[in-house]
Amino acid sequence: MLGIVNVYKLGVKEIYSLLRDPVLMGLIIYTFTVAIYTVANGVQTELNNASIAIVDEDRSALSAQLVSAFLPPYFKTPEVIELRDVDPGMDTGRYTFVLDVPPGFEADVLAGRGAEIQLNVDATAMTIAGNGASYVSSIINAEVLKFVTRSSGAVALPVDLRVRAKYNPNLDSSWFLAVMQIINNLTILAIILAGAAVIREREHGTLEHLLVMPVTSSEIMLAKIWANGLVIVLAAVLSLQAIVNQLLGIPIAGSIALFAFGSAVYLFSITAMGIALSTFATTMPQFGLLSIPVFVVMNLLSGGVTPLESMPSALQSAVQVLPSTHFIKFAQAVLYRGAGIGIVWPQLAITVVIGTVFFAVALLRFRATLAAVK
Amino acid sequence: MKPPVDTVARLEGVTHRYREIAALDGVSLAIPAGRMVGLIGPDGVGKSTLLGLVAGVRRLQTGAVETLGGSMGDRRHRDAVCARIAYMPQGLGRNLYPTLSVFENIDFFGRLYRQSANERAARIADLLESTGLDPFSDRPAGKLSGGMKQKLSLCCALIHDPELLVLDEPTTGVDPLSRRQFWELIDRIRARRPGMSVLTATAYMSEAERFEHLIAMNEGRILAVGTPAALKSQAGTADLETAFIALLPEEDRQGHQTLELPSRTSREGSFAIEAEGLTMRFGDFTAVDHVSFRIEPGEIFGFLGSNGCGKTTTMKMLTGLLTASEGKARLFGKPIGTDGMETRRRVGYMSQSFSLYSELSVRQNLVLHADLFHLPGSRRAARVDELLERFDLSDVAAATPASLPLGVRQRLQLAVAVLHEPEMLILDEPTSGVDPIARDAFWALLIELSRKDGVTIFISTHFMNEAERCDRVSLMHAGKVLAQGRPEALRRQRDAASLEDAFIAYLEEAGVEDDNKEGVPDLPTTSSAPDIGSGWISPFRVWAFARRESMEILRDPIRLAFALLGPVVLMLAMGYGITFDVENLSYAVLDQDQSRESRMFLDAMSSSRYFEEQPPITDLTELDHRMNTGEISLAIVIPPEYGRDLLAGRTPQIGAWFDGSNSTRAETGRGYVQGVLYAHLGDLSMRETGETPGYYPVTVVPRFRYNQAFRSQYAIPPGVLMMLLIMIPAMLTALGVVREKEMGSILNLYAAPVRRFEFLLGKQLPYIGVAMASFASLVVLMLTVFGIGLPGSFAALLLGALFFTTAATAFGLVVSTFVRSQIAAIFATAIIIMVPTVNFSGMMYPVSTLEGGAALIGQAFPALYFQQISAGVFNKGLDFDVLYPNHLVLAAFFVLFWLTATLLLRKQEA
Repeated sequence: MLGIVNVYKLGVKEIYSLLRDPVLMGLIIYTFTVAIYTVANGVQTELNNASIAIVDEDRSALSAQLVSAFLPPYFKTPEVIELRDVDPGMDTGRYTFVLDVPPGFEADVLAGRGAEIQLNVDATAMTIAGNGASYVSSIINAEVLKFVTRSSGAVALPVDLRVRAKYNPNLDSSWFLAVMQIINNLTILAIILAGAAVIREREHGTLEHLLVMPVTSSEIMLAKIWANGLVIVLAAVLSLQAIVNQLLGIPIAGSIALFAFGSAVYLFSITAMGIALSTFATTMPQFGLLSIPVFVVMNLLSGGVTPLESMPSALQSAVQVLPSTHFIKFAQAVLYRGAGIGIVWPQLAITVVIGTVFFAVALLRFRATLAAVK
Repeated sequence: MKPPVDTVARLEGVTHRYREIAALDGVSLAIPAGRMVGLIGPDGVGKSTLLGLVAGVRRLQTGAVETLGGSMGDRRHRDAVCARIAYMPQGLGRNLYPTLSVFENIDFFGRLYRQSANERAARIADLLESTGLDPFSDRPAGKLSGGMKQKLSLCCALIHDPELLVLDEPTTGVDPLSRRQFWELIDRIRARRPGMSVLTATAYMSEAERFEHLIAMNEGRILAVGTPAALKSQAGTADLETAFIALLPEEDRQGHQTLELPSRTSREGSFAIEAEGLTMRFGDFTAVDHVSFRIEPGEIFGFLGSNGCGKTTTMKMLTGLLTASEGKARLFGKPIGTDGMETRRRVGYMSQSFSLYSELSVRQNLVLHADLFHLPGSRRAARVDELLERFDLSDVAAATPASLPLGVRQRLQLAVAVLHEPEMLILDEPTSGVDPIARDAFWALLIELSRKDGVTIFISTHFMNEAERCDRVSLMHAGKVLAQGRPEALRRQRDAASLEDAFIAYLEEAGVEDDNKEGVPDLPTTSSAPDIGSGWISPFRVWAFARRESMEILRDPIRLAFALLGPVVLMLAMGYGITFDVENLSYAVLDQDQSRESRMFLDAMSSSRYFEEQPPITDLTELDHRMNTGEISLAIVIPPEYGRDLLAGRTPQIGAWFDGSNSTRAETGRGYVQGVLYAHLGDLSMRETGETPGYYPVTVVPRFRYNQAFRSQYAIPPGVLMMLLIMIPAMLTALGVVREKEMGSILNLYAAPVRRFEFLLGKQLPYIGVAMASFASLVVLMLTVFGIGLPGSFAALLLGALFFTTAATAFGLVVSTFVRSQIAAIFATAIIIMVPTVNFSGMMYPVSTLEGGAALIGQAFPALYFQQISAGVFNKGLDFDVLYPNHLVLAAFFVLFWLTATLLLRKQEA
């Protein structure tokens, strides 16, 4: 097959082009190291390190006990503030929670008068406001019970609710974030590299030159797909091993080989998408702007950041056409739940189908756009 | 005033290297003032480098260059004299802005030199009239023919009355008529302004005859200096072309001989190329109008005509790159397009502009093409070496084409075109910019191919001596063929002395006039803006850049639409789509008890809007499997005897298994399960005992501030606004500088008396405007569609947005001045902005919980500060008194970005 030779040779050329741009290489390395590490290590969606302040209007032994009850890692050491500092502190985002212990709180508790306590929550902090409020509530009740009954503070419910999290027993969000960040960065990189490579060849006239040689449009596209895909899959797998597994110490349940295979399938799909996009933009500035909505939507609305089932149903259906939606399902199943190919093959199949559609669109428009440029 | 100098420029021991290759090697030279000085020599001997150094657009490495009485190594002198120098770079219209009209291009240069509106109008009118461009003043520069582009470039150079005009191969790639007109124009301008010095490089020896003073160069050194007559007598030859060859060192002359075209026996009846009524229309413009010709196998067929007359379009139709609107063409007897691959293997094509990979080395380019044409492995290396040798490319085999002069690049393209030994060559101006010796060598090869191997050659050219070597030529003008036949026959038909004269006669007969008017620009001789001026920045020049950039944006409605509609679509998708409200969590139940009590709890679960029930689970293996496939995110396990234990007060356990892979969802879901359970227990207690159980001694009353409904739909859009106002504006400017570098118009910055910051600010301002328009549309969307109130200070939001978009666009400029390629610019902007904006700004996760590097990166990026303003105004109802520190930080950011971009931007070439 001569076609395969062309695809191979053009792909090697593609890799040379990448290596000749040190700034671009530096950015790829940054993308799969620093950009993964800082996000996984710095961001936490579970309650962690939350800032809380307490207005102590009671100044009792109980209120003092409450102040000392909020402990790391869930909370930062509480600041005791005055009532007048509440609004400024919350306005500037310094405190996410402010607990207001009313005067006579201890007396009410001891008298069994059903004491109330107000908790101000910054509800713009969507990720922790709700969970944090329930944590605060249980901490307060445990402390009060300890204070009143001198017991361990356990609330005696008639039913014991045992909550367990499979795959991630401590509900450590860095597990989730690290892998999702790799996928997000991989998406951005693949779309831009493949799409921009086509535009560059068109702007420099090299595409035209290829098309008068015995090389077909699909060979040119396949070459871009395999070459850019290979670089990115390698970078992603290395990042998964070195940064996520080794440096961050996140256990990986499933098979890295299966993940690499799935990534290769996914990259076929999104590089084809990048090339299809490039046929809708005539110049690089246009492509830059066109790519933003695509990768932003793929990064934020494919189930990697916010769960799909919470989105409006129309949007849920719409994102099914994105390969990332299916790949994220695949990646979560493989990496967290150790799923095998027998479970995840449907996701891979859909990803291939979507990729093939994009490839066909790109192929149809490939020559037409060339004529339009001149 | 200094005394008048008799030299306009002086070089002392100047050496200039590009990596290992020395372009200039210890050159010392004095260039006389007030003369027409020509630099001649083969490609890659350092002509362009020398011109660049004299004009001050190239950084001096070693030696001294003095222009207009001062050192060009001294920045102050450069700034002072650059307004007295005009520099026209190599390449057709390279310093022009293709979407701007003829008038707008000249007007832009006038503005750079701070000319008043009246002065500009008068000068432009004069220049347009004298160059014959006045009928085309509204035509975009990109749509001009090559000759017209060069005239326009000249107008742009002359707008400020330079004392020194530096022209780098101004007529390369221009047809004979336009070339003649161009030099006549220069002569007339010099007649008006006798004091002006002109320094020019040329590849045409016939042009060099008209210069007053010649500098012949070879391999970075000066060969000879003197008048054309002096050079000729020194070499003892009659014309300059042979004189130059005679002046070359012995080894360079070897192998050079006068070309002879052996006669050819015609093979009647068979044709390699047949075109019949070939027509190409672009919209209502007819580029090629019913062109017909037949070319026999082994024939050398020349295509002559002015730039833009349809030669290239005809060739593209023959290669199948364009599909003809009308007419037929056959290659080797087969209609084009039917047997694409087979035909392509038999044809070699070379396009007019360089179309090989500039990032691959010369050798790699050849090897790649050898591979793509499937040369047998055994022959591949030998063939590449053979071509390197034959095209004299061995010395530069490892260099990238980008670093090579035009002529050498053309040689490489030729080598690639003949690599697979095609039966037919279609060559579009293959020798444009190639020096005489290399051109002769190339023609020797063509003749050999044609006569020995019977290769059919279809070639377009501007060189008349090349046209004379063709078997037949075709004269084209405005899409039509004027005449066709053997060169000698055409000359005789018009009774002309040379083919060039015959060609011009044909053109004139076809109604083409010499469009140079006899009138000469009557320019005011007072120099209005002699230097860069004092003061910090000139608003006038900033405005010149801003105005030009704005016009370019408006001429690209697609980009403008992406920039304005993209954010609106994204706001809708993100505003509704990003949600931390956990709803419809899919769960299934393994109820091993099936009692009244267990069912009551499960009913409570299924009636909650937070959960969505799936078919029940039958055993624990199934639980594992269904969670593994991701079908359920929660499994409730109720043990046997649950109901009995509950009633007996034996505290039974309920198991809630979450899929922990999405930890946020699991955390939130846990709270909801607890909530359902407590409510259920309360109900149960009411029913059994009639009283509410007091499990908890204290009621914690949460007060959800800023977002009472506690819905993502209110909390997320202010963050999305922030994200969009940094990503899109930064992307808009990120390509600004690097694109001008790739396209060549950055040279205007090097040559003009402009400060770097003026250039950057001028490029930035229009995009701040676009970004603020986008801001307005997004705020309207938030207020109407999302129904978010605006309780805080709008003024604080507006000022914040202005500062933020200024910082964002300035950041784009930093990226643009730093990176080397447009791809890197797009990627850098996307990835550098995306990570801290989404993760570390407070848009998704509260800033106060960030740790370590994440917190630092967040604080070192502007996103966080506008997030505070946006959320502060939309959610928290705040005013300047609380928010002002954020405004100050944002202002500090754009100042910092400005400084960085200014420092990174070079004002000279390497």
